[in-house]
Amino acid sequence: MKGNEEFKVLNIDFTLYKTRLSKKFENRKPYQPLKPGSVTSFIPGTITAIFVKEGQEIKEGEVVLILDAMKMQNRLKSHISGKVKKINVKKGDRVAKGELLIEIE
Amino acid sequence: MTIERKIHDLHERRRKALLGGGEKATEKQKTMGKLTARERIEALLDENTFHEYDMFVEHDARDFDMDKKSLPGDGVVVGTGTIFGAPVAIFAQDFTVAGGSLGIMHAKKITKIMDHALRMRIPLIGINDSGGARIQEGVNSLYGYGEIFFRNTLASGIIPQISVILGPCAGGAVYSPALTDFVFVVDKVSKMFITGPEVIKTVLGEEISMEDLGGARVHSEISGNAHFFAKSEEECFAQIKKLLTFIPWNNSRKARMFEPAEPKPEYEIGKIVSDDPSMPYDVRDIIRAVADNSDFLEIQEMYARNIVIGFGRLGGRTAGFIANQPAEMAGVLDVDSSDKAARFIRFCDAFNIPIITLVDVPGYLPGIDQEHAGVIRHGAKILYSYSEATVPKITVIIRKAYGGGYIAMASRHLRADFVFAWPTAEIAVMGPEGAANIIFRKEIAESENPEETRKKMVNEYKQKFANPYVAASKGYVDAVIEPAETREMLLHALEITENKHVSMPSKKHGIPPF
Repeated sequence: MKGNEEFKVLNIDFTLYKTRLSKKFENRKPYQPLKPGSVTSFIPGTITAIFVKEGQEIKEGEVVLILDAMKMQNRLKSHISGKVKKINVKKGDRVAKGELLIEIE
Repeated sequence: MTIERKIHDLHERRRKALLGGGEKATEKQKTMGKLTARERIEALLDENTFHEYDMFVEHDARDFDMDKKSLPGDGVVVGTGTIFGAPVAIFAQDFTVAGGSLGIMHAKKITKIMDHALRMRIPLIGINDSGGARIQEGVNSLYGYGEIFFRNTLASGIIPQISVILGPCAGGAVYSPALTDFVFVVDKVSKMFITGPEVIKTVLGEEISMEDLGGARVHSEISGNAHFFAKSEEECFAQIKKLLTFIPWNNSRKARMFEPAEPKPEYEIGKIVSDDPSMPYDVRDIIRAVADNSDFLEIQEMYARNIVIGFGRLGGRTAGFIANQPAEMAGVLDVDSSDKAARFIRFCDAFNIPIITLVDVPGYLPGIDQEHAGVIRHGAKILYSYSEATVPKITVIIRKAYGGGYIAMASRHLRADFVFAWPTAEIAVMGPEGAANIIFRKEIAESENPEETRKKMVNEYKQKFANPYVAASKGYVDAVIEPAETREMLLHALEITENKHVSMPSKKHGIPPF
């Protein structure tokens, strides 16, 4: 290797290696554990209908809102039975991918 | 008409055809910094060797007033010629004619030259510069793409197929290059994507420039779709020519032999690798220290840099090099590097190119993102490709070869023909630190000075296992060699394996973990 380049350290199985790190590795997103009560947008789109209210009891599999994306009316369902804790969006909102729309507990 | 008049008439027809989309469109092409289709072909082929066919093909579309439009050659130039005296078939889309859009006759010209290339067993080069499907021709243009994709697949592994992206290549059109062996891109000129920035904006509300979405750099660095990146069309053509010197015309031939040449003296093989096993070095210096003329043509240089692939020669024979790169991500195997190496192994195997593998691998990259991205499935591709390959496989273990990485990197167990190891090699299940932590967990935890005990145990493990001799004692390594002996050992191994013949169990085809 030429010169006195500063290398970073990568730990593979407890051995520390001096090396360059790839952009992909350095920019990787930290892992977010899945919360079963979260209803998130799996695709960017527009909220065209919301069927539940905060405080309402709902059952697993119940459709909570419609996310219009790619010319499809996507029916987003709750993964759990429980109470609607918080609704973060209103009808007509445009949402990015992965936004937390409704929290159920 | 007299013969003279008829010949004059032919000349007149040719002259018109050669104008392509006309002066205005040609000028526009130039202002975009692009050469015309025929200029590109001429720049790429040996002088005066291009022979054009189907110059007078015309479209027969009738809808949307297309019957009133004449499109010279239907927007694509096809023919044959030579590169360094070797025959090639070539097509180049002509952006000056209806934006190089693909209609049925355009596609038929391409599929005809593809059939020709396959029948004649000569390499096929496709220059892509097209706005996409010719919408006026409807499903007929889809027929055209499908027929091209089918032939790309038929020809795969029989003749080398090269795609050169010198303009837009969008929508379904991208799949022909994706099915070919090598994709060449030029900075600021090449644009490849399935859905363009406008559609992405309307459908998803995300804004991105064409360059950031599917420019040459993106495909060379991030997506891995491109294999060679050039700053200009001229540089790109030089790269294509050079690549063709390393590969054979077809799968029943070998690459042509060159005059053997010694490596350049500035690459001193004994001085590249540091004594400290955690210190990086550029593995390409080792390749250059063993290759004829120190000439190494790297492929996918910017993508998954933790593995290096490319062509060089030893004693005049082409070899495909695959090497872990300790300077990048410690040379780990991960999703991208596995894909990159596996595909290259299959190219070499299909085209009778011996594979030389240089090993310095700490293992697979740990991480949630890697596991979730399917490092199991992707990592398996390397195992599959090496196991399946029947070309000569020669392996040199430079330094560490740990665990699954050791097995994957063309180990004896995947039927390497020769496995050599440098005295610095450490062939073990894992690195000394990790191994000692596991084996001596109890001793370390229960001792009065755990840190000191741990060091002692790591040292003990190092002494015992961090060397090539345990593997050599089982015959998994054929010879432990000095770095300075590497080139000679490789030259000899290539000679010995020249007529290698193995037969694999007969089957329709395997199911690689795509």
